[in-house]
Amino acid sequence: MKPKTADKIATTFIVFFALLIVAILIGLLGYILVRGLNHISWDFLTSAPQKIRAGGGVGPQLFNSLYLLVLTLLITVPLGLGAGIFMAEYARPGKLTNFIRLIVEVLSSFPSIIVGLFGLLLIVNYFELGFSLISGAIALTFFNLPLMVRITEQAFRTVPKAQKEAGFALGLSKWKIVTSVLLPVALPTIITGTILSAGRVFGEAAALMFTAGMSSPRLNFSDWNPLHANSPLNPFRPAETLAVHIWKINSEGLAPDAIQIAAGASAVLVITVLLFNLLARYFGRLIYRKLTASKRIN
Amino acid sequence: MGTAAAVRESFQTENLSIFYGTYEAVKGISLPFAQNTVTALIGPSGCGKSTFLRSLNRMNDDISGSTTKGSIWIDGVDINAQGTDVIKLRQKIGMVWQKPNPFYKSIYDNIAFGPKYHGIKGKAALDEIVESSLRRAALWDEVKDRLKDSALALSGGQQQRLCIARALSVNPQILLLDEPASALDPVSTGKVEELIKELKEELRIVIVTHNMQQAARISDYTAYFYLGSLVEYDKTEKVFSNPENQMTQEYIMGRFG
Ligand SMILES: Nc1ncnc2c1ncn2[C@@H]1O[C@H](COP(=O)(O)OP(=O)(O)OP(=O)(O)O)[C@@H](O)[C@H]1O
Ligand SMILES: [Mg+2]
Repeated sequence: MKPKTADKIATTFIVFFALLIVAILIGLLGYILVRGLNHISWDFLTSAPQKIRAGGGVGPQLFNSLYLLVLTLLITVPLGLGAGIFMAEYARPGKLTNFIRLIVEVLSSFPSIIVGLFGLLLIVNYFELGFSLISGAIALTFFNLPLMVRITEQAFRTVPKAQKEAGFALGLSKWKIVTSVLLPVALPTIITGTILSAGRVFGEAAALMFTAGMSSPRLNFSDWNPLHANSPLNPFRPAETLAVHIWKINSEGLAPDAIQIAAGASAVLVITVLLFNLLARYFGRLIYRKLTASKRIN
Repeated sequence: MGTAAAVRESFQTENLSIFYGTYEAVKGISLPFAQNTVTALIGPSGCGKSTFLRSLNRMNDDISGSTTKGSIWIDGVDINAQGTDVIKLRQKIGMVWQKPNPFYKSIYDNIAFGPKYHGIKGKAALDEIVESSLRRAALWDEVKDRLKDSALALSGGQQQRLCIARALSVNPQILLLDEPASALDPVSTGKVEELIKELKEELRIVIVTHNMQQAARISDYTAYFYLGSLVEYDKTEKVFSNPENQMTQEYIMGRFG
């Protein structure tokens, strides 16, 4: 076969599969959106669900998902950044480092139902945090942390070594080099990692049923004191997220419009994830540009 | 061999050996670096020039498994001794590499970053340092209208001069250059060489180069390294016109190395 022909065939195949993947994605998204979009209204997005009557919304669940994301990231990002930077810049290669890396890897492949049950035993019962947002956030940290650590480590390792040398030669301390020279360069990758782990927060159900719980107290959206029991911001209250809610109504929903609600909630979930992605990327780019004075990302 | 100067220079090495593990990459080298001179380090690839140069501001500290023996004297202090404040030391000694490595920051921030870290405050003072450093590196006129642009948008030659300006920003007394022009086109190379000649009026310069014409053009003293040892050290004219060692002669004539 002539190289040119081979090249053509290979290109055709690659393009074909790329298009196939895009088509599947669009089909899936389209299916979810078409089924759910007409059910979405301002009322649906803001009102509380109904147990047996029709017309319930997903307001608290949507809020819970977003708030749980914030809480989880508040724990995951500092820990993940710290550990990733330690692994990339400070840990000496050796047995201990390899052991830590092994643990991180094992952690990331834990099935989420196990993490959920483990969270139930340890966080909810033993540490008596109960079914709460904070329990859910800690459980989610268990599988988001490995991703965050690995991506941070990778991001720092791919910064050219010459950057570090230039910093040392100027008499900068290692910490200053890490935070002011390397971190800005590593930032786009770290943001991608954060987005990936955020996606898991939105989508996770199994690990949350046993930690964040499957119910929400009657939330008072005019009380923003995190210490009040009915305040939406109280991290110690149970919180059913959107994904858990979808699972619940699909399996045991009693409302006559349960199917439509599930479809609507799914569409809301997908749109939220998309929006979060776009926003995170946009702000990440903004910060990167500000820090590196560049016009484009990379 | 005429190695260690009779009078101790205010900057010189004494019996400096550098190891990677057990491999001795630099073998007991004593070299003086006089004020207002350019010293060229030449020799075949792998002979230890970069290793030697890096050790002069303790950059080898950051390579795991590397150890250094001997002394590096600066103003009567052995900076190779334990307890040296490496951060202070590195302010006194600037370094520039073969490949330009500007920070992923604006042109302005590339220069202002070091001084700011070392305690210079106030926009006026920093502006002044940025301008004077860029002028000393003969880059000011080309970039003065785009100081806020990314340094990575500059050409290779401009980036290299920016790196020189960055090294100058903390007012070093010594400048170490590791093949600073080998990745540049002839015009940029000319500019960098011109710059080196001007800068030596203010400080001392040690330069590694593979370009014999360049060594002859810009240096006052030349040291020829071979397999980690110092084979010959003398005034550049002497080394290039009438070297004492046969090996040096052959290397310079391009017959080996
Ligand atoms: N980080 C390192 N770890 C182990 N060995 C090293 C390291 N850096 C250099 N060496 C070894 O030390 C010796 C001297 O290397 P060095 O880079 O100083 O040579 P050089 O004279 O600068 O060469 P070139 O002209 O190619 O730049 C070489 O044998 C090299 O393999
Ligand atoms: Mg070298």
